[in-house]
Amino acid sequence: MGDMFRSEKMALCQLYIQPEAAYASIAELGESGCVQFRDLNDQINSFQRKYVNEVRRCDEMERRVRYIENQLRKDEIKMPELDPDQEPSAPNPREIIDLEAQLEKTENELREMSANGASLHANFRHMQELKSVLENTEGFFSDQEVINLDSNRQTEGDDPTAVQAGAQRGQLAFVAGVIKLERFFSFERMLWRISRGNIFLRRNDISGLCEDEETGRQVLKTVFVAFFQGEQLKQRVKKVCTGYHADVYPCPSSAVERADMIRDVNTRLEDLKMVLNQSADHRNRVLSSAAKHLARWTIMVKKMKAIYHILNYFNPDVTGKCLIGEGWVPVRDLPTVQQALSRGSKLSESSIPAFMNVISTNEQPPTFTRTNKFTSGFQNLIDSYGMASYREVNPALYTCITFPFLFAVMFGDMGHALILVAFASWLIIKERQLASIKEEIFNIFFGGRYIILLMGLFSLYTGLIYNDVFSKSMNIFGSGWQNQYNTSTVTDENIEYLTMRPNISNFKTYPLGMDPVWQLADNKIIFLNTFKMKLSIVFGVLHMIFGVCMSVVNFIHYKKYASIFLEFLPQILFLLLLFGYMVFMMFYKWIVYNDSSLDQSLSPGCAPSILILFINMMLFGNQEPLEGCKEYMFEGQELLQTIFVVVAIICIPWMLLGKPLYIKAKRPKNLPAPNQTVVAPAGGHGHGGDDEPMSEIFIQQAIHTIEYVLSTISHTASYLRLWALSLAHAQLSEVLWNMIFSMGFIFDSYIGCIVIFLTFGAWSGLTVGILVLIEGLSAFLHTLRLHWVEFMSKFYEGAGYAFAPFSFKQILEDEGEG
Amino acid sequence: MGAAVLLVLFFTGLWAAIGIGGSIITPRGPQQKLTQCILMLTAGCCWLFWLCCYMAQMNPLIGPRLSKKVIQVMAQSWNMPITDG
Repeated sequence: MGDMFRSEKMALCQLYIQPEAAYASIAELGESGCVQFRDLNDQINSFQRKYVNEVRRCDEMERRVRYIENQLRKDEIKMPELDPDQEPSAPNPREIIDLEAQLEKTENELREMSANGASLHANFRHMQELKSVLENTEGFFSDQEVINLDSNRQTEGDDPTAVQAGAQRGQLAFVAGVIKLERFFSFERMLWRISRGNIFLRRNDISGLCEDEETGRQVLKTVFVAFFQGEQLKQRVKKVCTGYHADVYPCPSSAVERADMIRDVNTRLEDLKMVLNQSADHRNRVLSSAAKHLARWTIMVKKMKAIYHILNYFNPDVTGKCLIGEGWVPVRDLPTVQQALSRGSKLSESSIPAFMNVISTNEQPPTFTRTNKFTSGFQNLIDSYGMASYREVNPALYTCITFPFLFAVMFGDMGHALILVAFASWLIIKERQLASIKEEIFNIFFGGRYIILLMGLFSLYTGLIYNDVFSKSMNIFGSGWQNQYNTSTVTDENIEYLTMRPNISNFKTYPLGMDPVWQLADNKIIFLNTFKMKLSIVFGVLHMIFGVCMSVVNFIHYKKYASIFLEFLPQILFLLLLFGYMVFMMFYKWIVYNDSSLDQSLSPGCAPSILILFINMMLFGNQEPLEGCKEYMFEGQELLQTIFVVVAIICIPWMLLGKPLYIKAKRPKNLPAPNQTVVAPAGGHGHGGDDEPMSEIFIQQAIHTIEYVLSTISHTASYLRLWALSLAHAQLSEVLWNMIFSMGFIFDSYIGCIVIFLTFGAWSGLTVGILVLIEGLSAFLHTLRLHWVEFMSKFYEGAGYAFAPFSFKQILEDEGEG
Repeated sequence: MGAAVLLVLFFTGLWAAIGIGGSIITPRGPQQKLTQCILMLTAGCCWLFWLCCYMAQMNPLIGPRLSKKVIQVMAQSWNMPITDG
C-alpha cells in the first residue's frame, strides 16, 4: 500500500558489534538516522556505565567550547555560518586527541589573557586617577595660607625635635584621593563628625566619566584633599577613606615634585596603553582563529557525546568480546543499517564484521510514517491529537485535501484567497533562505506553508462558487434573473423594494456558482442561509460516513472480522438511515419543489421544512399541512420513515450487547480467577484482553454506544459551523467595504483621491488583519476541531508512540532550537 | 429554471476526468498513491460543492428583493431593459 496509508512496519533488531568497531559503527548509524536504540542498561546508574569516562571527557570539551563561545560573544566576534555540506563527521580517536589538545590550549590562553588584562586595566585606572589627582590639586596647594600651614614642607625629619615642635604648633597634614561623587557628601559629613569639625576638605570634580572598578560602569568621580592636624586624625581619616572605597594617592605638596610626578605618570600611562593595545590585538587574533573552527568543533563534540551516550546503552556479552545492542528499525531501512554497519567495520579495520539479527517480539513497536516536506505538515496536525497506534490507518493522507477544503468552505472569498496564495507562494519560493530564521512565530507559519498554499487554492475555488471577491460578485456568464416589472411600477414613488418571483423572473440557472444578483439583493442572507446550511450537513454526513468506513479498514487489518458485523454495521446503519436519509430529503426537496410547477402541493408555499420533517420522523409525530399542501414529499414516505427509525432503534441494542456477548461466548468457561479485578485502561479503549472482567467490557461498550449515538446528532449539528463561519466572513467583508471603503467614493476629484487613499489604507489593513489573519486562524482552528473530534473519533485509536531514531541531524536541530 | 442536463454532464465529466483520468495517468513513483488519493478527493469534493450550489439554484423557492435603484442600474449595465408600460 502507499506510504502514508498506514505507518511503516518496524522490526526489532539485535546488533552485535566488536568493541573496537563500536564507535565508528554507531557514528555511521547516526548519520543514517534509521535506528531507535533501546536502553539495555536502564537499571544501572549513569556513573557505573561502561563509557562514563568518555562521556566526562566530552562534557569537559563541551564546557571548553562554551567558554570560547562566551568569550567570542563578549568581544562581538562573529562566527562564520557552516554550510550543510561542510558538516564534519564524528571524529575518530586520533582526531579526538587533537581536538582535546586544541581546546585545552585555546581555553588556557584565553583565561591567562583575561587575568592579565584585568590586572593591566586596574593598573591603568590607578595611573589615570593619580594623574587627575596631581592635576586637580594645583588649585589647593597654591593658596598661600595652605603653604604656610603645610607640615610636609618642613625639612625631612633631620631635626626630630623640630618636627615634634612643628606638630605641636599645629602643622597641617593632608590626604589626597579620589572618591565617587555620589558618595562624597556623606563622606564629607563623616569626616566632619570624626574630626569634630577640625578638618578642611576641598574638592574638585573630574570632568568626564571614569571607570568604577567594582561594576565596570562609567561614573562621576571627584578629587578631594583633606587637611587636618595630628597623627591620630590621620589614621582615622585613612580608615574612613577605606570605608568609603576612596582611593588615596601619595601627592607631593611642592609644585616641582608634582610636575616631576606628572611627567613620570604620563610616560607610564603611555607604556601601559601600548601594552594594553598589544594584548587586545593578541586576544583578537586568538579569538578569530578559534572562531573559524568553532562551528566544526561544536558539532564534532556534540556528535561524540551522542555516540558515547548510545554506546552506554549496549551490553557487553558473556565473553566480553562483543557488544550487543537492541533497536527498532523500519523494515524498509534494514539494508541501510546493514550498509552502515559494514562501513563502520571497514573504517575501524576490525577483523570480525558487525552483524544484525531480527528478532520477533510481542511488544508494540513505535509508529513511523515517512513524510516529505509537503505531507509532514498534515502529519504533524494529526500527531498533535495523538500518535497513531502501530499500523493503524493514517488519517493524514485524507487530511491533505479535506482539511484545506473544509477551511475553504468557511473562508470562501477569492480576494482573501489570493492574499493567502501569494503569501504561501512567497514562503515556498524562498524556502532555502527562510529556513534559517529562528523566530518562533514565523517558524509556525513557515512550517505550514504547504497547508496555507492548499487552503488558499481551495478558497479560490469556493470563493468562485460563492461568487464573493472582497464582498462583490462577478458576473461572468450573465445573471439568470431578469426584472419583469414595467417602467411605471419601477418608477413609482411609493414603492421602495420589488421582489422577483422565480417563475417569471428566473430564466436560467447560473452555471458556475451563486448568481451575481443575490449580492445586490436585500434578502440575500435568507437564500444563502438555506444553501449553506444544507451544504454543511451534506459534507458533514459524508465526512462522518467516511470516518466510520475507515474503521472497517482497521478491523480488517487487525483481523477483528467479528467487529465488522457487531460494531461497524449497526453504526453505519444508524448514521445512514437517519442522517443519510436527511441528506436525501434535502436533495429531493431541491429537485421537486418548483415555483413554476402546476401542482399546488409542489409550489414554494408548500415546501416542507426538512428539520420539522426530521423531528416528526424521530418522534413519530404529525403536523397539519397548510391548505392545498401535503404533509409528506412523496408517496409512502411515512411508512419508509417508520421502517428507518425502527431499524435504527434496533441498532442501538445491537451496538450495546453485540460485542460483549460475543466476547463472553468466545471465552473458555474455566477461566482461572475471573474475579481478579484488573484495572481498566484509563483510555477506555481496551480491546477486551483475556483477563478483563466481563462487567468492565459491558460498561465500556455501553459508554461507546451512548457516545456514538449522541455523537451522530451532536456532530452533525457541529458541522453547521461551516455555515456559521462562512456567514460571518461574508458579513464582515461586506461591512468593511460598505462602512469604510465606500465612504471614499462619496467625494469627487482631488479630495476624493486623498480620501480614497486613506480609506483604502484602512480597509486593506483591516482586511489583512481581521479577515485574513484572525478569520483565517479561526477557520483553521474550527477545521482542526472538525477533523480531530467529528472525523477521527469514529475510528482513530491513537495509542502509539513516536519513532525517535538516533540521528545526528535531529540532535543538531534540537540543540539549535534549545 | 430546471437543470440544464448538458451543463451537469459537462461538469461531472470534467471532474471525473480530473479525478479518475488524472489518477490513471499519474507516473509511477514513491508518491503515486498519494497523488492519486489527492486527485480523487479533490475532484470529489469540488464536484459535490458545485453540484450543491447548482441544485440549490435550479428550482429557487424565493426571488431576490431589489431596491428600485438597483433594478435601474441592473437594467442599464447588465443590458436587461425594463419593459415599457
